[in-house]
Amino acid sequence: MTVILGQTFTGISIGAVLLLIALGLSLTFGQMNVINMAHGEFIMAGAYTTYVLQKSISSAGISLLVALPVAFLVSGALGALLEWLLIRRLYLRPLDTLLVTWGVSLMLQQLARDVFGAPNVQTRAPDALTGNVTVIGGADPLTFATSRLFILGLAVAAVVALSLTLRLTPLGRRIRAVVQNRDLAEVSGISTARVDRTAFFLGSGLAGVAGVALTLVGPIGPTMGTNVIIDAFLVIVVGGIGQLKGTVIVAFVLGVLQSVLEYSTTVSVAKVLVLVGIVAFLQWRPQGLYTLRTRSLV
Amino acid sequence: MKVLKGRTAWAGFAAGAVLLFAVAPALLSDFRLGLLAKYLCMAMVAVGICLAWGRGGLLTLGQGVFFGLGGYAMAMHLKLADAGPGNLPDFMQLYGTATELPWWWRPFANPVFALAATALLPMAVAALLGLFIFRRRVRGAYFAILSQALAAAFAIWLVGQQATTGGTNGLTDIQGFFGYALDDPVNQRMVYLVIAAALLLLIAVARQLIHSRYGELLVAVRDSEERVRFLGYDPANVKLVAYVVAAGMAGLAGALFVPAVGIISPALIGIVPSIEFVIGAAVGGRASLVGAVLGAIAVAWAKTTLSEEFPAGWTYFQGLLFIVALAFLPGGLASLAKTVRRRKAGAPDKAPVVAVGEAA
Repeated sequence: MTVILGQTFTGISIGAVLLLIALGLSLTFGQMNVINMAHGEFIMAGAYTTYVLQKSISSAGISLLVALPVAFLVSGALGALLEWLLIRRLYLRPLDTLLVTWGVSLMLQQLARDVFGAPNVQTRAPDALTGNVTVIGGADPLTFATSRLFILGLAVAAVVALSLTLRLTPLGRRIRAVVQNRDLAEVSGISTARVDRTAFFLGSGLAGVAGVALTLVGPIGPTMGTNVIIDAFLVIVVGGIGQLKGTVIVAFVLGVLQSVLEYSTTVSVAKVLVLVGIVAFLQWRPQGLYTLRTRSLV
Repeated sequence: MKVLKGRTAWAGFAAGAVLLFAVAPALLSDFRLGLLAKYLCMAMVAVGICLAWGRGGLLTLGQGVFFGLGGYAMAMHLKLADAGPGNLPDFMQLYGTATELPWWWRPFANPVFALAATALLPMAVAALLGLFIFRRRVRGAYFAILSQALAAAFAIWLVGQQATTGGTNGLTDIQGFFGYALDDPVNQRMVYLVIAAALLLLIAVARQLIHSRYGELLVAVRDSEERVRFLGYDPANVKLVAYVVAAGMAGLAGALFVPAVGIISPALIGIVPSIEFVIGAAVGGRASLVGAVLGAIAVAWAKTTLSEEFPAGWTYFQGLLFIVALAFLPGGLASLAKTVRRRKAGAPDKAPVVAVGEAA
């Protein structure tokens, strides 16, 4: 029983990381139909921000707290810059944005290698986040890592913040309007270009926050973004583009699935099985779990 | 896009053949010719990408999978031939993990089976996947991401199977090629000639397809899938054919890459190499066969030259290539030539229309 609960929790914590990564992607993908391959490198930027801050702030706890907003701004600014320089020229060619941003991602990776060196670096976790929480004591104890719980909390906070922004603020209304019908939003007086840039800033900023979270569970390196980006894309494909609800559900389901399959087979076989599962799922719902109802033929 | 028609096409084809079969072997050293053989393999993959992506709008980021399937099929046969009948390939003995040959290795001892598998295995995988994906109208970005995930999963799976696939190392140290020793320069030249002939053959096949009724349908599906459906065709089948043919071409390329380079490994077929296959076609011109082939050769050459001199510089350059080629020159270098020609002819200076791809 504890084994099952333990694996489920591991899965949920994998899901929380996936969710944090996919959340920003879902915003940019849903908003502008832009497939941002450099999203992984924005995560990396967030992680390196944490690393740099920790060099100047001695207390690990405070530096982590400072890193969250700073990483949000750093990655967000990178995203806005990318949008302004390249992506706004490519709105009608979504497949090309994929390859162009892949080029950007290659350059950012090399930049990280030149600035911080090719080997991975590590940050210290605050003392409060290094231990375990015992949930069930006794002979067969069930413990959760505190850092994992923190990430789960962070993911939940990010989802709540994003969904409140989308629901309640004027910006959120404009974003939703552009997602649902870009042309109609434009003729209603919404500056879609400005909404796009803001949404891209928010989505990329969330990548930075995800990067901070990743420093708690693994090393920081130039290729850390590439390793997670594909899983995050799969979450969005299965969840439905631009659908917050779908992203949340699918991130946790895929996390648990991955964890359980890894437990009963091997890591590599689990990856293949998850992919097979996804293709099978798309037979049932080709547009993802949740879709926007539109009148378009596609 | 019927730039090359009739006589011009034949002239170009003949010129290419003379260059590949006479000029290059006469001028280049054994080492350079070996490198060229490798680039020509990349060009073979690009022919398929030109068909699937340039013509059909199917951005496949998983050609590495098919390249790998072809490569491993060939390498498994060559390993078994090196080891002699009944013996295990060297890496299996080294790790001591397998005491006898795994069952799925056995058929590859037969040369006819192995040769057929280099093309048919990738085609079968592509057909299976394509059937599932295209039937349910999964397309555009969804298709690109799924094909990329496939490349990632395949590479990870190969790495995990240390005992039977050589894991991270892959299948290395291949000595012979159907009875000919590969360390003999004469035999290396023979391998080069086989590769050059295969490339020309694939170009001819792709050209025939593009200029047939099917080729027109493929472009129609790319530009307006619904209209093609209303006309009574099934776009899924049209896309499937392009995807499967492209996979077969990548498989052949992988199979011929093995004797040319002597190794096949997960590092050659994962996400990054899969995307690198695309960049060559994009730089040269995705919709033009000549453009895609020359682009692939040029990019592969640039990679060898630049990454030797400045390893870091190459990555920046590669990134820039993606950005410039796709953001500012979506038709590739081939479209540049066309624009110039159009200007000379005094036609209105209109930006070349390129594959827009589909919105997801």
